[in-house]
Amino acid sequence: MGFILFLTCATSAYAKEYGDALVVGSISDARTLVPILASDSASADIVGVVFNALIKYDENLNLVGDLAESWEIEDGGRIIIFHLRKDVLWHDGHQFSAKDVEFTYQMLIDPDVPTPYSGDFERIERVELIDDYTIKIVYKEIFAPAFSSWTMPLMPRHILANEDLSQTEFSRNPIGTGPYKFKSWRTQEKIELVANADYFEHRPFINRYIYRVIPDQATLFLELQTKNVDLTGLSPLQYTRQTDTAKFKKYFRKFCLPSFGYTYLGYNLTDVRFKDKRVRQALNYAVDKNEIIQTVLLGLGRQSLGPFLPQSWAFNPQVKAMPFNLQRSRRLLKEAGWQDTDGDGWLDKNGQIFEFTIITNQGNEQRLKTAEVIQHRLAGVGIRVKIKVLEWSVFLAEFIDRRNFAAVLLGWGIGIEPDNFDIWHSSKTGEGEFNFISYKNEEVDRLLEEARGTFDRKRRKSCYHRIHEIIYDEQPYMFLYIADILSIVHSRFQEIVPAPIGIRYNLIDWWVPRAQQRYKK
Amino acid sequence: MLNYIIRRLIGIIPLLFGITIISFAIIHLAPGEPTTQQEFMTPRISSDTRARLARLYDLDKPLHIQYWHWLKRFICLDFGRSLADGRRVIDKILERIPVTLTINILALVLILSVSIPIGVISASKSGSLFDKTSTILVFIGFALPSFWIALLLMQLFSVKLGWLPISGIKSLDFEYLSWSGKLLDLIHHLILPVFVSSIGGLAGFSRYIRQNMLEVLSQPYITAAKAKGLSRHQVLYRHAFPNALLPLVTILGLSVPGLLGGSVIFESIFALPGIGELFYRAVMMRDYNLIMAEVVLGAILTMLGNLTADIAYAYVDPRIRYGDGSR
Repeated sequence: MGFILFLTCATSAYAKEYGDALVVGSISDARTLVPILASDSASADIVGVVFNALIKYDENLNLVGDLAESWEIEDGGRIIIFHLRKDVLWHDGHQFSAKDVEFTYQMLIDPDVPTPYSGDFERIERVELIDDYTIKIVYKEIFAPAFSSWTMPLMPRHILANEDLSQTEFSRNPIGTGPYKFKSWRTQEKIELVANADYFEHRPFINRYIYRVIPDQATLFLELQTKNVDLTGLSPLQYTRQTDTAKFKKYFRKFCLPSFGYTYLGYNLTDVRFKDKRVRQALNYAVDKNEIIQTVLLGLGRQSLGPFLPQSWAFNPQVKAMPFNLQRSRRLLKEAGWQDTDGDGWLDKNGQIFEFTIITNQGNEQRLKTAEVIQHRLAGVGIRVKIKVLEWSVFLAEFIDRRNFAAVLLGWGIGIEPDNFDIWHSSKTGEGEFNFISYKNEEVDRLLEEARGTFDRKRRKSCYHRIHEIIYDEQPYMFLYIADILSIVHSRFQEIVPAPIGIRYNLIDWWVPRAQQRYKK
Repeated sequence: MLNYIIRRLIGIIPLLFGITIISFAIIHLAPGEPTTQQEFMTPRISSDTRARLARLYDLDKPLHIQYWHWLKRFICLDFGRSLADGRRVIDKILERIPVTLTINILALVLILSVSIPIGVISASKSGSLFDKTSTILVFIGFALPSFWIALLLMQLFSVKLGWLPISGIKSLDFEYLSWSGKLLDLIHHLILPVFVSSIGGLAGFSRYIRQNMLEVLSQPYITAAKAKGLSRHQVLYRHAFPNALLPLVTILGLSVPGLLGGSVIFESIFALPGIGELFYRAVMMRDYNLIMAEVVLGAILTMLGNLTADIAYAYVDPRIRYGDGSR
């Protein structure tokens, strides 16, 4: 019996076969493969498999070592010492060392490098090389989110030391330490990567990683249907209806996982009508979030209940959703002085009817539809809503930056680190800063400062739980939904195990049985 | 004649200068800046990076200084670097030209070779069944949105029948193919895009030729030719046809800039790395250097196209002479 068991284990462990290619379909091309300059999702996708960072998030959203083997946190978090792996080579064969970490840091804080990620690194007082594989980071003061900023991919010093990062050839011919090596890039067509046989964890089983650019959603779907694309994202409609055929079920696996971001309706709190907390709460009671999720996302999402994500430790489970309740909504509006005195069907106060415009950005169908549901529901309590859709540049420059809006429908991609100082702290209301709704609460300010000033998880947790409570009660945003990330993968790929972080964390373990391999080269 | 050409060429310079000033002003007046595009809305990206980016891209300087910097570089034929990825603008444009140019030239050839016979025949048999059917057909082709036809054809030829690839310009294994395999692969990929991009152009050209042909056929010299007892065929193709083609020279001249223009919708449907997509994205991102390079390119091509048409006209039509009005 034991023998048989051993045999079955052995076959499943050794039967994995190398070969084949994974063809990823994307609607946009990468812009630059210099990791610290890449800010679009296509570039980040490629950078993610070509480069490594010191640390990374594992499948359950915990920070674990990547190129760092271990680390010590001293002086309450002001000093971090990373011990690096000694068995890591750059794709050109050069040894990876602490000098590369130091170099990446120097580039991040160089004022001549147009990187959007400098913020967290400017808090570093100095970086010391203890030896080739040990590096000490000393911060000016304790800054809790700093640790997670070391998920920044690292760049090779020996290649880039004398290059101008914004003009280097490296941006189209990168050399990293990751599981896949860069091979070729045909602009607006495809980027091709090949397995790195010397990868320090182990060689990836799939030989080629091909990133195909197909800008049109309909074409991309046809390419998927004919199996010329193996992995791509889906819209809710494609997920629920168009892929709900026998053929798709036979050849593909679909995945549905919560995203790391939420969609909200933010009120301009300098607008007198929205200064009153009762009005904001009333609006929240008047809109049925589940209706939005059912109609706009076709059920593929969940209600957002505050500024943190439910999968995060910062999320306070005590916070309960304010239900959809028109009577309470009407009562609160009445208390705030809004009544239909002239019988025209719209609420008014001091002779002014309650009417405002929701602005949102062009090109996001879900946001527009959401705005329409809100418009319909608010009309039900006597508030007239108009919707304006704007091109992104104009949206930011003319409306958000100038505070020229009443309410804005937008989404935050907030990542896993819960620190959201930039969104809620009252000091972050300047032009181009992210507290553009002008939220101000002294307790929240104090708690935000306290939470980022300590590495003590318990203390941070209690701060964030309180912040969550206050913000959900005050309703500076109407928190709407957290959409699911929908993806589809050809079923010949084995060992895909969905986890909170997504499906691609164990890409190097994916494999295809030889008989089913599609690309022989 | 040489005098005339030189004068025209010199005339291009102030015109080009004017075009660049106006376009530079317009794109900078449009709200938004390239820097707003760098960030997506994630709070982890600090906001003072915006000022830093503006400084690096010269955007904090007054507009006339920015234009002056641009002009200085332009005179040395340096279009600068793209604000999106730091690559040289000229490289970004050059790598897009082959696809766009190939498809547009092939489409133009296809359009001419189909629309000229249609135009000539329907003019000679004006009012006939052929005339009416072809008119209706080309107008249907003209009216159908190209993205819709493209999707239908993809569904039929690629998904259902599996004869043609859906999108792209090369197969994934293109590098591993032999020389002839590569050529065949390219042709395979070009069939649908060239066909779809020709459909819309048929109507214009065939109607134009039909109209010209009708006009020529009503001329007295045609009546004379008929009276001489020439065959119908000779009258039509020896006497009428060449004259009906004359105005085509102008149209071809005007379509020169179009050869390097592309359509965003068309290119995204077929996933082709063409100029249209590049220009569209440049405008959406306010990539000033790239937009200016494309504007200049378009302006120069338009002016050269007009000039070539005018010169060619003088050669093919003896009634027209430039620059020697005294004779």
